[in-house]
Amino acid sequence: MTRRDVRRALKRTGLYAAALGFMLFAGFPFYWMLITAFKQNRDLYVGASDLSHVPWIFNDPPTLEHVRLLFGQTDFPRWVLNTLVVVVAVVAITVAVAVPAGYSLARLAGRWGERMGMGIFFTYLIPPTLLFVPFSRLISLLGLQNSLGSLILIYPTMTIPFCTWLVMGFLRSVPWEIEEQAMIDGYSRLAVILKVAPRLIMPGILTVVVFTFTLVLQEFVYALTFISSVDRMTVSLGVPIALVRGDVYHWGALMAAALFTSIPLAIVYNLFIDRFIQGFTMGAVKG
Amino acid sequence: MMRRRTLADREEVLAGAMLAPALGYVILLVGVPFVLAIVLSFSNATAGSLRFEWAGLRNYAAILADPIFLRALRNSAVVTIGSQVLVVILATAAAQVFRATFRGKRLARFVLLLPWAVPVSLAAIAWTWIFDSTFSVINWTLKAAGLLHGWLYWLGEPALALVAIIIVQAWRILPFATVIVLAGLSSIPQEIVEAAIVDGAGFWRRLFQVELPLLLPVVAVAVLFGVVYTATDLGVVYILTGGGPANTTHVLPTLAFQRGILGADLGQGAAIAVFLLPFLVVVAVTMLRLARRAEVGAR
Repeated sequence: MTRRDVRRALKRTGLYAAALGFMLFAGFPFYWMLITAFKQNRDLYVGASDLSHVPWIFNDPPTLEHVRLLFGQTDFPRWVLNTLVVVVAVVAITVAVAVPAGYSLARLAGRWGERMGMGIFFTYLIPPTLLFVPFSRLISLLGLQNSLGSLILIYPTMTIPFCTWLVMGFLRSVPWEIEEQAMIDGYSRLAVILKVAPRLIMPGILTVVVFTFTLVLQEFVYALTFISSVDRMTVSLGVPIALVRGDVYHWGALMAAALFTSIPLAIVYNLFIDRFIQGFTMGAVKG
Repeated sequence: MMRRRTLADREEVLAGAMLAPALGYVILLVGVPFVLAIVLSFSNATAGSLRFEWAGLRNYAAILADPIFLRALRNSAVVTIGSQVLVVILATAAAQVFRATFRGKRLARFVLLLPWAVPVSLAAIAWTWIFDSTFSVINWTLKAAGLLHGWLYWLGEPALALVAIIIVQAWRILPFATVIVLAGLSSIPQEIVEAAIVDGAGFWRRLFQVELPLLLPVVAVAVLFGVVYTATDLGVVYILTGGGPANTTHVLPTLAFQRGILGADLGQGAAIAVFLLPFLVVVAVTMLRLARRAEVGAR
């Protein structure tokens, strides 16, 4: 082996070691969810000062008792249902409002479209933690406290700005010629919007749906502020708040819930990551 | 042959009609509450009654004299800056790793992205279990490796709890930052990198003198979103420590929640949350400048 080969080999080893290191850091809590969710209690609750008991592996055979507890004796299925209700409603509102707005800004509004789009996008930066105090008052004024309706009303304040921006950015990458041709063929401007544009925007709409879905699953602050009854909670609120009974943490069931919620989200994220990134970098990165 | 133009062809009418719902939503449910948040901070509003009166600067005077608030303000700054410094270093390194091709890269990328996908509250509860005072796997591993002789009460000691919070925030933002830096790396013109190689620049010189300066706007975007996500986050601290022990680990959002919602003192809660604004203004102004530069650069 020449010195060059040695250096190459060292470099490859370093690369794999670094990749492994990052995987460990990012993935370790998920491994921990997995192993906790399926461990028997006597394997789980051994103090960490007992060095003879290795917590990283199954010392006793895996069990489904925590999963059964989660689905059979907690409100978890109810929370999943609540979350789905909110997801469907918020997706419908977001698509109905943000897609036309994005189209309008990209295709109809001319010069001020870009400015206005940026203005709308900036409202996405105003965080729930600044708004939850006035919202708590607003929601009780509307009589929506402790109902899923409060979440359905308020979540679009986060999804509409970002999704308007996404659709606008997406349309910039769709050539104008198809719509132009339709107009030359005798379609009115409105007919183009109703009959031609939807087909063109479809991938953009899909991104909007996915973004909204992930945001609703992840939101915690507003849910914590508005919802107090256990049976009206969403997954991301109920699991950390209501699965803990007093001081008793059912760690197995908790980690099973975290795991089952994370898996679909992780898959969806992997598929759509590039689209989201285009939205976030706002043209600072030209793809 | 062109048809006669009708109402259905008036672009400004269509533009307005299609934009109106979005504008209405944003103005009514973001703009108005935003103003209300600031107004409430100057009032004596409570959750129990709908009436409130002007209280001038009383809320601000009260919180500025409150050691718990000052501590929360400091914690917010420490956690935000600490986690973002960590994120920038790790993300730049991770991007260097993930631009290379290697076996198992798809799997590695999937795992790296996991922390971004998981809901923050569920991630926080998993970390609470990892940092558990009796069962912490971190303590076991450190002890087994012979690195730890005493015991680390991760969430029980203020300084250590802040370290734990910074770790979780950095863990959560890292995938996002890495992906953005990667996107930036791939947009650097290949000729520039090749020219540097021809000129004899090694890996480190290429990194520090060619790539990092070109990456600066992209890294800035990653940091800006990181700052927003960290400074305004409630879930991590709320679930990990609840602001404890003895109110030493509150950040602005958790303290605003405790005073404004749990304590029903809307005025004071709003005043505490208003202190998030400087973080956001800095972010917004920098974003605008970057966007303008990108616009100019594209011409």
